[in-house]
Amino acid sequence: MSAPPLQLVGLCKQYGALSVTRDVNLTLEAGARHALIGPNGAGKSTLVHQITGVIRPNAGKVLLEGRDVTDMPAEKRVKQGLARTFQINSLFNHLTVGENIGLALSAHRGLDGRIGPPLTARPVFVEEAVECLRELGLLDLAGRRVSELAYGQRRQIEIALALALKPRVLLLDEPVAGVPSTEGKRLFELLERLPRDVAVLVIEHDMSLVFRFARRITVLVEGAVLLEGGVDEVRTDPRVRDVYLGKRGHHD
Amino acid sequence: MTTPSLNSSVARAFSRHRYNLLDLVLLGAAVATFFLADLYLALATAVLIMIVFALSLDIAQGYGGIETLGHAAFFGTGAYAAGLYAMHVSPEPISGLFVGMAAAAVVGLLSGLAVLRTAGLTQIMLTLVCATLLLELANVAKPLTMGDDGLTGYSVAPVLGLFQFDIEGRTAYWYALAVLVLVYAFCKFLVSSPLGLTAQGVRENPTRMALLGVPVRRRLLTLYAISAALGGAAGALSAQVNNIVGLDSLGFTMSANVLVMLALGGTGRLYGAFLGAIVFMLLADRAAALDPTNWLAALGVLLIVVVRFAPTGLSGCLARWTSREGTQ
Amino acid sequence: MTSTLATFLSLAVDGIAYGMMLFLISVGLTITLGVMRVVNLTHSAFAMIGGYIALWFIQRAGVHFFLAVPLAVVVTMAIGAVLERTLYRWVYGTHGLGQLLMTIGLTFIITAIVKNLAGTQLQSLPLPSSLQGNFSVGPLTLSVYRAFLIGASAAVALALWLGIERTAFGARLRAAVDNQRMARCVGINVPAVFSATFAIGCGLAALGGALGSPMLPLEPYYGLKYLVIVLIVVAVGGLGSLRGSLYAALLLGLIDTLGRYYLPALGAFVIYLAVLAILLVRPRGLVAN
Repeated sequence: MSAPPLQLVGLCKQYGALSVTRDVNLTLEAGARHALIGPNGAGKSTLVHQITGVIRPNAGKVLLEGRDVTDMPAEKRVKQGLARTFQINSLFNHLTVGENIGLALSAHRGLDGRIGPPLTARPVFVEEAVECLRELGLLDLAGRRVSELAYGQRRQIEIALALALKPRVLLLDEPVAGVPSTEGKRLFELLERLPRDVAVLVIEHDMSLVFRFARRITVLVEGAVLLEGGVDEVRTDPRVRDVYLGKRGHHD
Repeated sequence: MTTPSLNSSVARAFSRHRYNLLDLVLLGAAVATFFLADLYLALATAVLIMIVFALSLDIAQGYGGIETLGHAAFFGTGAYAAGLYAMHVSPEPISGLFVGMAAAAVVGLLSGLAVLRTAGLTQIMLTLVCATLLLELANVAKPLTMGDDGLTGYSVAPVLGLFQFDIEGRTAYWYALAVLVLVYAFCKFLVSSPLGLTAQGVRENPTRMALLGVPVRRRLLTLYAISAALGGAAGALSAQVNNIVGLDSLGFTMSANVLVMLALGGTGRLYGAFLGAIVFMLLADRAAALDPTNWLAALGVLLIVVVRFAPTGLSGCLARWTSREGTQ
Repeated sequence: MTSTLATFLSLAVDGIAYGMMLFLISVGLTITLGVMRVVNLTHSAFAMIGGYIALWFIQRAGVHFFLAVPLAVVVTMAIGAVLERTLYRWVYGTHGLGQLLMTIGLTFIITAIVKNLAGTQLQSLPLPSSLQGNFSVGPLTLSVYRAFLIGASAAVALALWLGIERTAFGARLRAAVDNQRMARCVGINVPAVFSATFAIGCGLAALGGALGSPMLPLEPYYGLKYLVIVLIVVAVGGLGSLRGSLYAALLLGLIDTLGRYYLPALGAFVIYLAVLAILLVRPRGLVAN
C-alpha cells in the first residue's frame, strides 16, 4: 500500500508558554478533498506554515508520500510535490498570464536556468501550457497582464500557478476570500475541476464552499483537533455549532 | 489535440521580445550615421559603446531587478584587461575583447557572490564598495595601470587582420557597431530564453519564485555574471578604440552616467538602453562643452524630473503611446 | 612606554575620533532609513551643507564657532524639512530605484550649487582657540580637538538613545516604525513624525559635517566623495540600528586609520576589503534587526 500524500503526525508548536499547535494528526488520502476550518485564532495559519516549512514544529512529523520532510526548507518541499496558494495574491504582476504559468511550468521541468531557445519554441511545452490554461478555463486570458485582471481572475491565476507545478498535495489558503460573488462562480468551477489525483487541503471560512467542495473536514480549535469527519457528521455536530456561536473557547 | 491557432495565441502571450521593425530602423540609423556623422564620428562611436554598456546594465537591473551603483566595475575591468592584454600579450583586438569580457565576468561572479547575499540598501552599497575597491586597487597598482596618468602606449592591430584602425575613426565605428549588433542579438536571445523569463519572475516576485522551486540566487548570479561580461565588452571596446584607459572608467561618474541613461530610456525594455544612451551622450556632449558645472545640476534636475513624471523612461512612454494608438 | 605602543595608542585615539565623527555623519541616515525606509543618498550632502553654512556664519557673519555650529544645524534641518515635504514625498512607497535616482539627482544639484557659491578649494572650519593645541594624558599627547569630537559625539549618541527610548516623541517614532497603519489609527501623526525625523537626521549630518571638517575637508564634491563611507557605516552596522552604526563607525574608523599607517601601500583599499569581509560573514550587518 502506498503512503498517503500528506500525513501530519503529532504536530506540536509552542511559543514560550503558549501552545499554538497541540498534537495535531491529519491524513490526506490520494484525491482527498479536505477542509480545515476553525474560528479565528485557532491556529490554522500556524499549522499551514508547519506543513509548508516556514515554521518548524517543536514535536511531531510532516510526511509527504511517506517521506519525512519535517526538517526540509520550504523551497525543497515544492520539489517533493507540495504546492500552496496564498491568501494574498502573490503573482508576477507585470507579466502576462501565459508567462506566469510558463514560469511555473519551466521551474517544474527544471528549464528555468536555460540559456537557449525560448520556451515557446518547444511544442511540447506550449501544448502543456495550453492544456494547463484550458483545464482551468483561463485560455482566453493568456495574453493579458496580471495587473490588468479583476481580483477574482487573479485568484484563479493564483491557483493555476500552484497547479502548474503538478503537485501531489495542494494547499489552498482561503481561495475565495475577498472575491465578490459575481466572480466567485468561475472560481468555484475551477475548484470543482481540480485534477482527481491531487490531494487538496482547503483552509476556509466560507462555509458554503466548504460544504460544497469538501468530502472530509477537520475542525481546529485552540490549536487542537476538535473533530474530523465527513461533511454531514461535522455539519450536525453540536460542538462545532458551539464553537462558532461562541459557547466554547473562541478568542481573536 | 490543440489547434495551431490556440498554440499561437499562447506563443504570442510569451513573445514580447521578438525582432520587429524598430530593430531594422535602428540598424538603418546606425549605418546612416556613419555617412552623415562627419566630424562627429568619434562621438557616434562613443554612443555605440555606451549603448552596449547600458544594455549590460539593463540585463542586470531591468530584467533581474538587481540595483547597482557600481556597474563601472565591469566597464573598467574590461577596459584595463583589454588594454593590458594589448600592451603585454597581443595587440589583436578580437581576442582582446574576449579577454576583457572574461575578466569582467570573473569580477561579476566574485562580487555577485557577496552582493547577491544581501538586499535593498545593503546590496546597493556593496555594489558601490566593489567598484570603489577596484578603483583603489587600480590606483594602488600604479606600476601596472599607470594610475592617474592613464594606461597608454599600447596599440591595437587591424581587426581580422584586414581593417586598420584609422585616424578618422572609421574602422572604430564599424567595429563598435558590429560588437553592438552581436551584443544586442545576444541580449534579445537571453531575455526570451527560459533564464530571461526566470529573471523577470525574480524581479517581480522573488519569494514566489523560490516557492516555485527555483534556486533564485544561483539564477541571479548567472545573470549578474553575464551582465558583467557585456559591461566588460563595452569597456574593452573603449580601451581599443581610444587607446587609453583612465581611472574614471572605474569611477562613480561612469556608474552614475549609465544609471541615468537607463532611467532616461527606461529599464526592462532593451530599447531603453538605445534611447537613453543616445539622448544622454548627445546632451552631455553639448552641455559639457558649454558649462560643465551646471551640466551636473542639469543632470540632477533631469533625474528628478524623470523619476517624478516618467518613471518608465522614454521607452515606457513610447510603449504606452503606441499601445493607445491601437498597434498592440 | 615604548614609542611603538605610544604610536599605536595615539593612532587608536585618532581612529576613535574619526570613527565617532563618521558616526555623527551617518547616524542620521540610519534613523531615516530605519524609520522611513527611504534610500537617501543625499545624506552626505547634508553634512556638507551644514559644514559650509557654519563656515559662512564664522567667516561672513563673524559668529563664534560654538554658536555657528548649532545655527548651521538648525538651518540645515529647515532645508531638510522643506525638501522632505516636497521632493521626498514623491518617492515614498515607490520602488527603491526611484529613491536612489532622485537622491543622486538631488546630490548632483547640491554639488553644482555649492561649486558655484563656494568654489572648489578645500575648506574647513577654523577651530576656536579653546579647541586648538594638545594636552597630555600620561605619556600620550592628544589633540584637544579630537578629544572634543569624541566627547561631543558620545553626548549626541547618549542624547539620541535617551530621546528614542525615553521621550514621548521617541515612543511615537517607535510606534510609527513598527506599524504605520496602527500608529495612524491611534492618532499618531505619521507624516509629521517622518518630517521631524528626517529633519533631525539632516541636523545630525550637519553637526558631523561641521565638526568633522578638519578631518574631512569641505569641498563641492564632498557629498559624492563621502557617500560610500556613510553607506558603509549604515549597512555594516545593520540597517536601522543605532548601536550598530556606532560599532560600525568605530570599527571602520580604527581599521582605516590603523590600516593607512601600518599598510601604506594598500591605502584606502584596506577598509573596503574589511567591509566585504564583514558583510560576507554577516550580510545583515553587525547588529541585525
